[in-house]
Amino acid sequence: MTSLLGERPAGTGTAAPVPVRRRNGLRRRQALRAYGFIAPSVVILGAFMAWPLVSSLRLSFFDSSQFGADTFVGLDNYRSLLGDQVFRGDLFRTLLYAVVVTPVTVGLAVLFAVMLNRRLAGRSFFRAAIFVPAVLSLGVMSIAWDFLFDPNIGLLPHWLGPLGISFGNGAADPHLALVYVMVVGIWKNVGFYMVMYLAGLATIPKELYEAAEVDGARPWQKFRSITWPLLANTSAFVFVIAAIASLQAFDQVYVMTRGGPFFQSETLVYLIYRKGFQDFQFGYASAVSWVLLVIVLIVSVAQNAFFSRRQVTY
Amino acid sequence: MTDVSVDAPTLSLPEPGPVAERRHGPSGAALRVLLYVSLAVVAFAVLLPVIWMLLSSVKPEHDILAHPAQLWPTHLTFTNYSEVFKQIPFLRQFGNTVLFAGAVTLFSLFFDSMTGYALARLEFPGKRLLFLAVLLFLMLPAQVTLVPVYQLLSHLHLVNTFPGLIIPRATNAFGIFFMRQFFLGIPNDMSEAARIDGAGEFRIYSRIVLPLAMPALLTLGLFHLMFNWNDLLWPLVLTTDTAMQTLPAGLAMFMGQHVVEYGLLMAGATMAMVPMLLAFVVVQRRFIEGIATTGLK
Repeated sequence: MTSLLGERPAGTGTAAPVPVRRRNGLRRRQALRAYGFIAPSVVILGAFMAWPLVSSLRLSFFDSSQFGADTFVGLDNYRSLLGDQVFRGDLFRTLLYAVVVTPVTVGLAVLFAVMLNRRLAGRSFFRAAIFVPAVLSLGVMSIAWDFLFDPNIGLLPHWLGPLGISFGNGAADPHLALVYVMVVGIWKNVGFYMVMYLAGLATIPKELYEAAEVDGARPWQKFRSITWPLLANTSAFVFVIAAIASLQAFDQVYVMTRGGPFFQSETLVYLIYRKGFQDFQFGYASAVSWVLLVIVLIVSVAQNAFFSRRQVTY
Repeated sequence: MTDVSVDAPTLSLPEPGPVAERRHGPSGAALRVLLYVSLAVVAFAVLLPVIWMLLSSVKPEHDILAHPAQLWPTHLTFTNYSEVFKQIPFLRQFGNTVLFAGAVTLFSLFFDSMTGYALARLEFPGKRLLFLAVLLFLMLPAQVTLVPVYQLLSHLHLVNTFPGLIIPRATNAFGIFFMRQFFLGIPNDMSEAARIDGAGEFRIYSRIVLPLAMPALLTLGLFHLMFNWNDLLWPLVLTTDTAMQTLPAGLAMFMGQHVVEYGLLMAGATMAMVPMLLAFVVVQRRFIEGIATTGLK
């Protein structure tokens, strides 16, 4: 894997020696042209990413709503966050969601990838079927899931009820709403990660397995000592994007539960939406945003540190 | 013309993996049956909401509300499809979705590839800083900037307008990063030759580099199209007028706010789902390859 910042020799220098002054002129001309190339992106990223980032940090120290002027309140927003039972619950649920959904999704993705990495009739059908949710709208498909979980007219309670699996009151069940939201989140992403693992599996040299078989290794041993370690690079990437995606769960929450009942399935992103765009408490919502940002940064840095120690080359 | 072979980044996907089927005999056969049964169960479970939605869209209302639930319609009806156009501004929202996702995709491909090209091939002061910013934005959850972006757009009177929906999305850190990685991987000789012949930089980019980048552009374009077509939060926040909403936002709001006939909702949802489903079936191979390679570059 090439390091992200490893600059390759850029295609600028012509080989023939050029007088210094002319070279400087060339360089300046090229820089100007380069600025032409990056101008649209820089303007847009500046206006809609960089400035809002700074602005949301500023807002988080203000009492700001749709009407009236902003007033500086220092750390008040953050203080009231800490005292807010709903925020603390949302923070807990968001972390719980990430801690459950990330490993389960990645684990299933590895399992399906390994199952579908062998010669098998119908292999491309199975791959495509498991991948399909990745191209569909989570918001739209959550409508279907909501119906499937419904205790009265849902297929899942009807089919699985006799097996002793209780679906409670569907997405309106305070104890189960978060579970359903998690299931739908896993459903959406598992195929996407599976495809990444399939690509990772394709790079593992066959000889390793042949050697292991000569030594009489069992399938599980082969997985533990060859497949999983050699997938470390893929795992590093997949775990980071899976964790970040989990921390941002919103769509299925909005459609299936609106965060309810009694906030029992509300996540931090839903709280940002509710505070920012229903209650119009911009300052408070910005403070929540920055809490989320800090969590995401910690998770990315921690995972990078964890996995870079285990990076493998082969 | 020298032939330029480009072998990034469409790594061809998994040839049958390393696990050769050596073992025969009863336990091998039993394992195989087990494998097939579990794959079939998994595939069915994953496809269930899609199947259910398709079938419910052609069910009469009392079938959807039947207790106990049933997957198959007792009889087929297409009135849901004709009714949905009358009861919600479906056609309008469909058009909004096409325009929004289409415009974002086109602009973004253009701007992302230009910036990616400059980052990969040109030298300029501030290049490292720009690249670091791109990496930072890559990690930044979009929700963090949502409030100030909304305020900014509202200040510019761009809420409930297409420019407001499209412009902030017209370039994107992931796309820039993706294109830069691609441009780093293709040979430089032809651009050099053209440069010596006096071709301008934009000409080199548009006539030589872009054609070579078609596979990457196609993959990235699909990403952008899919992401924006499906996105919920952004259009939900930036459109309050139902006539400006995209389908996911329109349908999601509709489901929560009105007592509706569910068949209509399913017909609408099916029509929102089917274009992406078809696009996926058509370009399935390329798409899966594209995703597979993004993680490994």
